[in-house]
Amino acid sequence: MTPQPDLSQQPDGGGHFGPYGGRYVPEVLMAPVEELEAAYVTARDDPAFQAELADLLHNYAGRPTPLYFAKNLSQKLGGARIWLKREDLLHTGAHKINNCLGQALLARRMGKRRIIAETGAGQHGVATATVCALLNFDCVVYMGEEDMRRQRLNVFRMRLLGAKVVGVANGSCTLKDAISEAMRDWVSNVGDTYYLLGSALGSHPYPMMVRDFHKVIGEEARRQILEAEGRLPDTIIACVGGGSNAIGIFHAFLPDAAVELVGVEAGGRGDALGEHAARYRGGAPGVLQGAYSFVLQDEHGQIALTHSVSAGLDYAMIGPEHAWLHDRRRAEYTAASDAEALDAARLLSHTEGIIPALESAHAVAEAVKRAPAAKGKILLVNVSGRGDKDIDIYRENLKELDQA
Amino acid sequence: MTRIAGLFDCLKREGRKGLIAYITTGDPSPERTPALVEALLRGGADLIELGVPFSDPIADGPVIQRAGERALKAGTTLHTVLDIAGQIRERSQAPLLLFTYLNPVMRYGLDRLAGDAAGCGIDGCLLIDASVEEAHEYVGAMHRHGLDTVFLAAPTSTPRRQKLVAQYSTGFVYLVSRTGVTGERDSLSDAVAPLVRSMRAITDLPLAVGFGISKPEHVTELGRQVEAVVVGSAFVRLIERNLDNPSLEIQLESFTRELKHGFGVPA
Repeated sequence: MTPQPDLSQQPDGGGHFGPYGGRYVPEVLMAPVEELEAAYVTARDDPAFQAELADLLHNYAGRPTPLYFAKNLSQKLGGARIWLKREDLLHTGAHKINNCLGQALLARRMGKRRIIAETGAGQHGVATATVCALLNFDCVVYMGEEDMRRQRLNVFRMRLLGAKVVGVANGSCTLKDAISEAMRDWVSNVGDTYYLLGSALGSHPYPMMVRDFHKVIGEEARRQILEAEGRLPDTIIACVGGGSNAIGIFHAFLPDAAVELVGVEAGGRGDALGEHAARYRGGAPGVLQGAYSFVLQDEHGQIALTHSVSAGLDYAMIGPEHAWLHDRRRAEYTAASDAEALDAARLLSHTEGIIPALESAHAVAEAVKRAPAAKGKILLVNVSGRGDKDIDIYRENLKELDQA
Repeated sequence: MTRIAGLFDCLKREGRKGLIAYITTGDPSPERTPALVEALLRGGADLIELGVPFSDPIADGPVIQRAGERALKAGTTLHTVLDIAGQIRERSQAPLLLFTYLNPVMRYGLDRLAGDAAGCGIDGCLLIDASVEEAHEYVGAMHRHGLDTVFLAAPTSTPRRQKLVAQYSTGFVYLVSRTGVTGERDSLSDAVAPLVRSMRAITDLPLAVGFGISKPEHVTELGRQVEAVVVGSAFVRLIERNLDNPSLEIQLESFTRELKHGFGVPA
């Protein structure tokens, strides 16, 4: 038998998770990503950097977040014991702040004065605008015009925080187009600008660095569940767009072979290409925006348009570490449709008084499917964000509630 | 010897500099591209870069992004580009360089592409998002089929990377005049001269400079330093401004001639 690679010790020096990841960028971007990698590796090993980050995570962002036993939901579904990791309770309302604090401290260390970011749902943009206000950076957030329409409230929040929000009208006007535009800005202004990428995507070192800044989610959850239940969970469920919250909660559990890891992609409104953002329904390995991973594309290698009711999951590529975990069968990837996510959001709101973000509702939907047949099992669901930002979309899709 | 190497030999013998012209293949339509390439060649272009449109062109500025959108809308695929190259090759011996992002090539298949491209009369390939670290397999496939592999070096490339770029490149090395995306600029960065010096120290390959070159003055300035200059966005913009103009080919030809005059040699 060939020795199994230690999945928790990825990536290699070139940023590869098995065959995935790497550094597929134009030569003009190589110097910036190499500079970033060198700065990150030094900061990561610097106790002073880690201490400042830990202090901000605790006193500013609100870590540790609770691990909450969803008694009502568990009873209602009549099977598994469902625990919720409450990343929705963090400052700015989602897990994204973990990564933003880490990268902004890194940017300051690198002597940059301007931070740019992309955003899909707006949660990463808001978190970036927040840390830029806190640490006094100029902030520009690129956002697809379609997403700006869907997430008006977050656009305003970013502006209130002092950020400039730049609409992107290229391609599908969503997250991937915002990333391309941010990369173009970065390559043109690399001297004073830091690109704060918000998901576990893109060129090395981003997938590794973003994961590292989010792995605190799983470290806390592992400790908390052992304390509360005296054992590890049977299954961990998280939604996967690029995959930052999922890799954050999965990572500490990678060596625990008995713990099943489930990523939930956006099943959208149908199985045809363009109707969903589930990379394991028709995707193929390819290169997009700096990384090699599973990506939705047509037969000519053009990146496909995607659809999800949730802007944060509406992206054609899955993060490279997830692709590797999938290949190694260490994690399983499934999908929840728009309708299933909306139903799950409504159920969680009713039973527990927790309105989840539409992204997180996809993970809740998977728990709803599994729980009835999982008597005696422990399901741990990452509630990566809260649903305030999605109220307009909930209203559009749950019109009957306005009639009452 | 490849047509690309042959071109640079010939330029050297005749004491001339080369003009490399980029256009996005299939913009505004696949049917139009051969005529546009002929116009560029009549105007004095020495080598044609055939851009393959891609849905997510991270290295390109707005002009080439829009050209790619038009070409994709007109149904252009990598197959189409190879067909067009074949049509051009029937009537011209000018070197043709395929200029593309990696994903359409991976989807097509590296080895299959190398074989088909050689069969269509393409002479080399430049993959804009294949860094030298990830390019081993690609370089092998291209060289097996006798195609040149051109890589980019930027003013920000470290000495280690400059060496790798020189080592993996055949035909010529493409120097980026400045950091940033493709697109026209009023003045060119003075970062080129140090880059030219350091590349000369490690390679005997001809050097071409591109990114931001749009005027005869740029051609004059850079022609003193390197064997060839690359013009892209300025041609693409001219095409964009004359999409419905029947005299587009004539204008393209005369603009090419004007740029070529920048070298101080009548075309």
